[in-house]
Amino acid sequence: MDSLFRDHILDHYRHPRCHGTIERPDARVEDANPLCGDRLRMDFRFAEGRVAEVRFSGSGCSISQASASLLCEAIEGKPLEDVKALTRQDVLDLLGLDELGPVRSKCAMLALKTVKAAAYGMATWTDDEEEAE
Amino acid sequence: MLRLRLSPTGASGDTGAPVGASVGAAPRGAGASNGTPGFDPRRVKADFPIFATPRPRPLIYLDSAATSQKPQAVLDAMSRYYTTCNANIHRGVYGIAEEATALYEDARRRFAAFVNASPREIVFTRNSTEALNLVARAWGGWALRAGDAILLTPMEHHSNLVPWQMLAAEKQLELRFIPLTGSGELDLDALPKLLADGRVKVVSFVHVSNVLGTVNPVAEIARVARQHGATVVVDASQSAAHMKLDVRALGADFVACTSHKMLGPTGIGVLWGRRELLEAMPPFLGGGEMIRTVSLTESTWNELPWKFEAGTMCIAEAVGLGAAVTYLESLGMEHVFAHDRALAATCMARLAEVPGVRLLGPPADRRGGVVAFTVDGVHPHDVATVLDRNGVCVRAGHHCAMPLHDQLGVPASVRASFHCYSLPEDVDALVTGLHQVTKLFAR
Repeated sequence: MDSLFRDHILDHYRHPRCHGTIERPDARVEDANPLCGDRLRMDFRFAEGRVAEVRFSGSGCSISQASASLLCEAIEGKPLEDVKALTRQDVLDLLGLDELGPVRSKCAMLALKTVKAAAYGMATWTDDEEEAE
Repeated sequence: MLRLRLSPTGASGDTGAPVGASVGAAPRGAGASNGTPGFDPRRVKADFPIFATPRPRPLIYLDSAATSQKPQAVLDAMSRYYTTCNANIHRGVYGIAEEATALYEDARRRFAAFVNASPREIVFTRNSTEALNLVARAWGGWALRAGDAILLTPMEHHSNLVPWQMLAAEKQLELRFIPLTGSGELDLDALPKLLADGRVKVVSFVHVSNVLGTVNPVAEIARVARQHGATVVVDASQSAAHMKLDVRALGADFVACTSHKMLGPTGIGVLWGRRELLEAMPPFLGGGEMIRTVSLTESTWNELPWKFEAGTMCIAEAVGLGAAVTYLESLGMEHVFAHDRALAATCMARLAEVPGVRLLGPPADRRGGVVAFTVDGVHPHDVATVLDRNGVCVRAGHHCAMPLHDQLGVPASVRASFHCYSLPEDVDALVTGLHQVTKLFAR
């Protein structure tokens, strides 16, 4: 009945991949979406310029948590340079959505912000694409 | 019990004014509905053009606590101002400038009468937030000393929390909080102890909670606070729009209101203050209009209320607000309140039938027209998104009350809120949508 709550989104929400924490991670980034209270924490282990392992935890709506699950699954084993090059469109493609309204977009892009901050070694990362809308 | 001044319907004068006067003198219909005889929300709804705007499915608007819809009378008043006499106020001596000034000051008089105040004590601001910042900055900055304490509650909107936090950090003030009971009401038994050491110089709290709907006993709290020498500030953002507000009967020193929740436009709010306090305290913002004389090195201040209105004010918005209070008076605030409360009661009873729904806040007979809840296993944002697919507009999130949600032990909630145009069918649509939510997320 609903174009947003597709089966694979609900599946990742109910059964998140890469869920958990890493003891003594190389990077740990936490971010939140003040609009709706979504919270994400991601732990990273890096090796040879790649994301060797990533685990996320947090709470929030299905879109924010499914995006984190999909994105973590997609970047594990990938070079950091690829992670730095990720775009908003990549997240929409993972979700299988053409577009998202400006409010729900913040939910979906929280995972991207968190992943980028880790890849760039920053505490937080500002999504210029998002702000430019 | 709070002291509501229950005045008879349609006591507003001014229906002969050139702008904002298109509200008929007749009360809205004789058709009894929803336990509020003499008030017909169906006829009221017809005054709000947004509901007649063609769209794929009917608009079910259950977010009036965020902002209310606007009746045609308000839109017409603002449009008429812009099309007939737009000019800057208090400056030009030509015809339309005089006309604009008269309209702006007429709006102030209407609002003053609406809350039983003197127009001298009615300061126009940008919104409630600015009104509360005005009190914290101009009054608090002047009256409070290091070591003083500010007494607040955990159910404050961020607008009545953050300005005090900022002031407290700057001036080394202590923040104290009246605890909540399990039903989401203030534990007034704790009040004497919180005030006992005499360090609390201001008690600032919300009249009606924007999340729980709790109606706080303002007069009772104000009486105890004043006995202990504290100044009383009331955030009436959610109450002024829904019940008869008598600022004198409340016993407060400052009361903050906002137009856009009371059928008026965005961009204008009101601070009522006791005259002697407004006279004694320094201005908030400096600039044009708020001065009497200016030299290169110093200035003197204009008289009340213009001392607090720096720069060109929101003129069309004031005209719109004036039309909004005239419209509300034509409905009768006691009818609006009874209608909202009855709908909240209906809503709570219906939601209790939906599996997994948990209601927040006190019983219906102790709240206004606000019903917040959670749905087990479904994030409020997801609930709101599914409801939106059914044309049902609700708020999801923390409603600018993060500390309250922390205390309630939930990250966020869904909130349905009502106004004079809300109907029982709106609750039906909400319940239907919630059944879809539980079905979709239970798969």
